[in-house]
Amino acid sequence: MSLLDMIGPVMIGPSSSHTAGACRIGLVGRQLLGTPPVQARASLHASFAKTGKGHGTHQAIVAGLLGYGPDDARLPNAFAEAARANLAFEFTDTDLGEVHPNSAQLDLQSAAGEACSLIASSTGGGVIEVIRVDGFRVSFSGASFTLLIRYTDALGVIARVTALVAAAGVNIAALICSRQKRGGGAMTCLELDGPLSGPALAFLSSWPEMAWVRMVRPVMDAGATIGGGDVPVLTGTTA
Amino acid sequence: MPTLAEIMVAPSPASVWILEQDCAESGLDAAAVRSAMLGRIRDMRSSIERGLKTDAPSITGMVGWNAKGLHDAPDLLGAPLLKRVQAYAMAVNEENARMGRIVAAPTAGSAGTIPGALIGVADHLKLSDEQLVMPMVLAAGIGQAISRQMFISGAAGGCQAEIGSSAAMAAAAVTELLGGNSRACVHAASLALMNTIGLVCDPVGGFVEVPCVSRNAFFAVHAVSAAQLALAGLESFIPPDEVVGAVAQVGRMMPLELRETAEGGLARTPTGLAVTARMERQ
Repeated sequence: MSLLDMIGPVMIGPSSSHTAGACRIGLVGRQLLGTPPVQARASLHASFAKTGKGHGTHQAIVAGLLGYGPDDARLPNAFAEAARANLAFEFTDTDLGEVHPNSAQLDLQSAAGEACSLIASSTGGGVIEVIRVDGFRVSFSGASFTLLIRYTDALGVIARVTALVAAAGVNIAALICSRQKRGGGAMTCLELDGPLSGPALAFLSSWPEMAWVRMVRPVMDAGATIGGGDVPVLTGTTA
Repeated sequence: MPTLAEIMVAPSPASVWILEQDCAESGLDAAAVRSAMLGRIRDMRSSIERGLKTDAPSITGMVGWNAKGLHDAPDLLGAPLLKRVQAYAMAVNEENARMGRIVAAPTAGSAGTIPGALIGVADHLKLSDEQLVMPMVLAAGIGQAISRQMFISGAAGGCQAEIGSSAAMAAAAVTELLGGNSRACVHAASLALMNTIGLVCDPVGGFVEVPCVSRNAFFAVHAVSAAQLALAGLESFIPPDEVVGAVAQVGRMMPLELRETAEGGLARTPTGLAVTARMERQ
């Protein structure tokens, strides 16, 4: 956690975990989907379900899905803004099992029919951890740029991806891989010290085994300071 | 991220060393971090100003008039610093409770402690916001060191993890602001933390209002007390990192009912239950 995350985020109240963290989970979901969602179902677990109301958790998640940051003055009115943006949303309570009490699953759909599902936890002070994307085990915090790829498991894919990232001059801070079965669907999540360029992402997406490539921009404050606004965040198509 | 022991032996002022360490890790420019921190201080001040002016109720209607009420009341104790620190802290938390814009420091529930103590002392002594930048960096560094050993959230470790951390961070910042060396700053943090051990998180209805708003007033003062002791050379008998370990251990031993679930303590009083029932009907 950086100094600016410790004294921060600047946020709309009342709870760093139930409001700011919830908003960031929505922000990551929007980026993972790749295009603005038109339909969203948020399933709230434990403390999120129990005390979300009155903490603005619901409004915060919707605000994040609309692309608003935790300090956006529109956050309390996110439901009205969602109607204007043609985003239909629903909330349910759920039991996600042995996860942090402040957790949610988001099931999102775009106008083109693309879908994305994620589970994330808000662990305190506005810090989040994404733990599942489309059923795959991942782990990233949105503190740095995160590259997610979904592909068909095959010999050497991960080596070629890490070589590409190195050739692009970007250092890998953390990496986690999982697959459904040998030769089946697989996902790798790479936390990076900087963004991959648009051409590098486009090249990666062009590989035959690659189903889906996403570059998630930082949602934490210190990372966002480096981030800048013109970094390509996604490329490729949904499998 | 440094330990408290490392901060304690860093050259004074400790904040300079902390900033160097953090920039080496993040790749950020020190001037950019200082400038962002000044922005945070101004955001804090803006939430104080808004909070002192209004008595608009919070989301649940349990709070909203406390900061202005105290601010407008006569100073019968003849202790203007005390009154200012308390009013500033509650102003921030009441803004937070009405979904206003605040700076989490380190959490939203404990957001009033650092501005209450640090900006309260600074205004009392007529110091500028610029003079608060490096003490605020130190506060953040103390928070980082604490977070090495525990999650800073009421759900994970009770209120001691939240308000204990904010009070420790504030205590160190006030100590540096008043010229305390690295050792004194870390001992101020440790004294604040060791006198917060055991505090549970039992907010009424699960809302960040009761007791959170008044608690920030109390612990902003607690932080100033710790700074006062440390500046006079008093030290924490238990080494600071061991104190953090003790808080973490007590947090793990704390029953789930007393960790932000609204199933124990004040939340389960007849009045607390009535508020919960009323909010559920809305």
